[in-house]
Amino acid sequence: MERQQPQDGKPRTGQEFLTFALGAEEYGIDILKVQEIRCYEKVTHIVNAPGFIKGVINLRGIIVPIVDLRMKFALGSAEYTAFTVVIILNISDRVVGVVVDSVSDVIQLDPEEIREAPPLHGDLDTRFIRGLATLNERMVILMDIETLMSSPDMALVADAA
Amino acid sequence: MSFDDDFDNDLSEFHAIFFEEAGEHLANLETLLLGLDRDHPDSEQLNAIFRAAHSIKGSASTFGFPDMAAVTHDLETLLDRVRKQELMLSERIIDITLVARDVLLDQLAAHQGGEAVLPERVEQVIARIKAIAAGDSLETLAVERPADEKAVVERPEATVVDIASVQKDSSKSVTPMSEQSSIRVSVERVDQLINLVGELVITQSMLAQTAHLGQVSDEPIDYERLQERLQQLERNTRELQESVMSIRMLPVSSVFNRFPRLVRDLAGKLDKQIELRTFGEGTEIDRGVIEKITDPLTHLIRNSVDHGIETVAEREAAGKPAKGVVTLTACHQGGSVVIEIRDDGRGLNRDKLLAKARERGIFVPESPTDQDIWQLIFAPGFSTAETVTDVSGRGVGMDVVRRNIEQLGGRVELQSAAGQGTTISIRLPLTLAIMDGMSVGIGENNYIVPLTTIMESLRPRPEDVKSVAGTGRVVYVRGEYLPLVALHEVFGLTPLSDKPEQGILIIVDTECGRAALFVDELLGQRQVVIKSLESNYRKVPGISAATIMGDGSVSMILDVSEVVRLAKRPPLACAV
Repeated sequence: MERQQPQDGKPRTGQEFLTFALGAEEYGIDILKVQEIRCYEKVTHIVNAPGFIKGVINLRGIIVPIVDLRMKFALGSAEYTAFTVVIILNISDRVVGVVVDSVSDVIQLDPEEIREAPPLHGDLDTRFIRGLATLNERMVILMDIETLMSSPDMALVADAA
Repeated sequence: MSFDDDFDNDLSEFHAIFFEEAGEHLANLETLLLGLDRDHPDSEQLNAIFRAAHSIKGSASTFGFPDMAAVTHDLETLLDRVRKQELMLSERIIDITLVARDVLLDQLAAHQGGEAVLPERVEQVIARIKAIAAGDSLETLAVERPADEKAVVERPEATVVDIASVQKDSSKSVTPMSEQSSIRVSVERVDQLINLVGELVITQSMLAQTAHLGQVSDEPIDYERLQERLQQLERNTRELQESVMSIRMLPVSSVFNRFPRLVRDLAGKLDKQIELRTFGEGTEIDRGVIEKITDPLTHLIRNSVDHGIETVAEREAAGKPAKGVVTLTACHQGGSVVIEIRDDGRGLNRDKLLAKARERGIFVPESPTDQDIWQLIFAPGFSTAETVTDVSGRGVGMDVVRRNIEQLGGRVELQSAAGQGTTISIRLPLTLAIMDGMSVGIGENNYIVPLTTIMESLRPRPEDVKSVAGTGRVVYVRGEYLPLVALHEVFGLTPLSDKPEQGILIIVDTECGRAALFVDELLGQRQVVIKSLESNYRKVPGISAATIMGDGSVSMILDVSEVVRLAKRPPLACAV
C-alpha cells in the first residue's frame, strides 16, 4: 500500500482514510479507528445472532465479534477467498472485526475534498455516511464507522430491551 | 485552605495506602477486642490493641484526616490507661472501643466517598471515651462539653474548598475518591514470579535455537530435544499460572473476621448465648470469590443465630448446654473450597416447612424426602419464622443466597436433624478465571458445560424417552421423569441426530430443577479459561462466557440454568 503523494506539491493536512472494497463499491473509514488488518479465519458461530454477525474469533486471547459488511448491506457475494480480509476496528473501547472484499489504500483527504452525500435510502442511510470523495476518477464513500457499529441495528451492543 | 492544596495533592497518592492500612488496623482491633479474655486480659493483647489505635492516630494525622485522629486520640488515652492497669478492663470499655471502631470505619468510608458521619455521633463517642478514661461513670457529661472541642471534630477535608460549608448536611459536596482497587503482594511472591518469567525466557530462546538450527543446517530437527524443551515450556507455563493465580488469593479469614462481632451483637440483641468457632481461616480463595460470598455468608450466619440457635430457656429444656455453638469451617476439597456453617440449634422442622409450602402454594412431591423439603427453603419468598425480626425472617434470603453462590459456579447443600442442628455447606471454585468443563459436540459446534452442574451422563434406551403433548419430551432416569432439553432446538443448530438414543443425555442440576441436556457427543473434560463475551459483544441468552480451545478456536460456555429456562419457553425467534 503506497502512500498517496501530494500532487500539487503542497503538503496535505487532512485526515487519513483506509479504503476498502465491498462488491463494486469503494469505501473509506477513519484510519485512527483501525487496529489491524487480518486474513479471514474460521469463526465460532454465535447462537441466535443475525446472519451478518459471522461469529467470534480469538484475537490473542480476546474474544472479538466479526461482522460481514457485505451481508449487512447486501453488496457483492459473501464468499470467503484467500483475499477476503478482516479489518479489526477499535470503537469506543470495543474491538470489532469487519469482513470486506479487499483493502485498497490509505488516502489523505482535506476537508474541502469531502462532499456531502445526497439523501439515500436503504440499509446504509446517510446517518452513517460522512461524505463522498473523488479520487483518481473513483468515488469513495466515507463511512462513519463508529456510528454505524454502535447503532442498534448492528446488534453488537446490548440494547435496552 | 488554598495554601495547603498543593500539599494535599501530594499526599493524595498515599491516601489509598492509608485507607487500606487503616482498614486493616480497624479489622485487627476488632478481632483482638473480641478475642480478649475479659477477666484475665493478656498484657500482650492489650498492647496490641493500643498499638492498633496508635497507628491509626499517627497515620490519620499525617495524611490529613484530623477527624479520625481526634477519635483515636481519646481512644488511645483510654487504652493506654487500661494497658498500664490504671483502669480495669470492663465490658463497658470493650463496648465503647467497638463503638469507636465503628465510627472510625464510617469516617474512613466517608473519606473514600461514602456518607459523612454525623458530627453529633462523633462528639458523643469522644465524650463517652473521655468519661470512661477519666474513671467517671457519668456519661451525661457529653452535654456540657466545651464549645471549642467541636472544632476538632469538624472535618477540614482536602476535597472541600470552603470550610464554612462543612456542616452536617454538606456531606454531598464531598467528591468521591476514585475507586482504585489494589492488591498488596509480598515481595517474595513477586520475586518468585520474576524467577519464573526468567526461566520462561530461557526456555523460549532454547526452543527458538532448536528450531533455528533445523532451518539453517541440513541436519534434521532433533525432535527428541524439541520435545524435551516443549515439556519444559509446559512446566514453566503451569508454574507461572499457579504463581499468578496465587497473587489473587486471599485467606478466608478476611471474611470470617467480621463474624465474631456480628454473632456477638446479634446474640446480645436476641438475648441468646452463642459461641462462634472458626476453623481453617488460612484457606485461600480468589479475591473475587471472597468479595461475592461475604453477603451470602453473613445471611447464613444471621439465619443460624436467629432461627437455628434456641433461647437459653429452650435449650435448657431440651437438655442442651445453655450456650449455642455456631461453627464456621473452610477447607480445600479437590479443586474447590468448601465452607461449612453448622449450628447445634433446633434444626429444620419438617412439618412446619411442609405446611408453609402448602400455604404458599409451592409444589411439593408426593411423600417427599428430607432433601426435597430442605430444598423448599431456597424457594423465593419462603420464611418459616413466626415473627419477622429485624435480624431475619423476611424470606428474601435463601433464594438470593443460592443464586449468588450458583453465579460463582458454586453449590449449596443443606443437612438438618430436628433438635440437633443444621449444616449448610457451600462448595466454591478456587478461582473465577478457570473452571472445569465438559466439552460437548452438537453437529459441527462445540460447547462447554460447567462440570459443577453435571450429575451424570448417559445414553438413553429408546423406550425411556416419552413425548408429552404440548410440552416436549421427557426421559425416565432412575425412577424420575426429567424434561429433555435438546440443545440444538434451543440454539437452532443442526444436530448429527435428532434421536436421543443416538446421542448423549447430560443430567444437570440447576436452580430450575433437574433436566436432561441432549447433545450429540461428549468430547472430553478439560480446564477452560473463562473469557468475557460481553466486553466486545453483548450477552447471548444461554451462554455465560467464551473460552479458547487448544487449537485457538473459540468455544461458548453454557449457562445451564438459563438454557433450561429457555427450553421451557417457546423456541426463540431467530433474528436472521
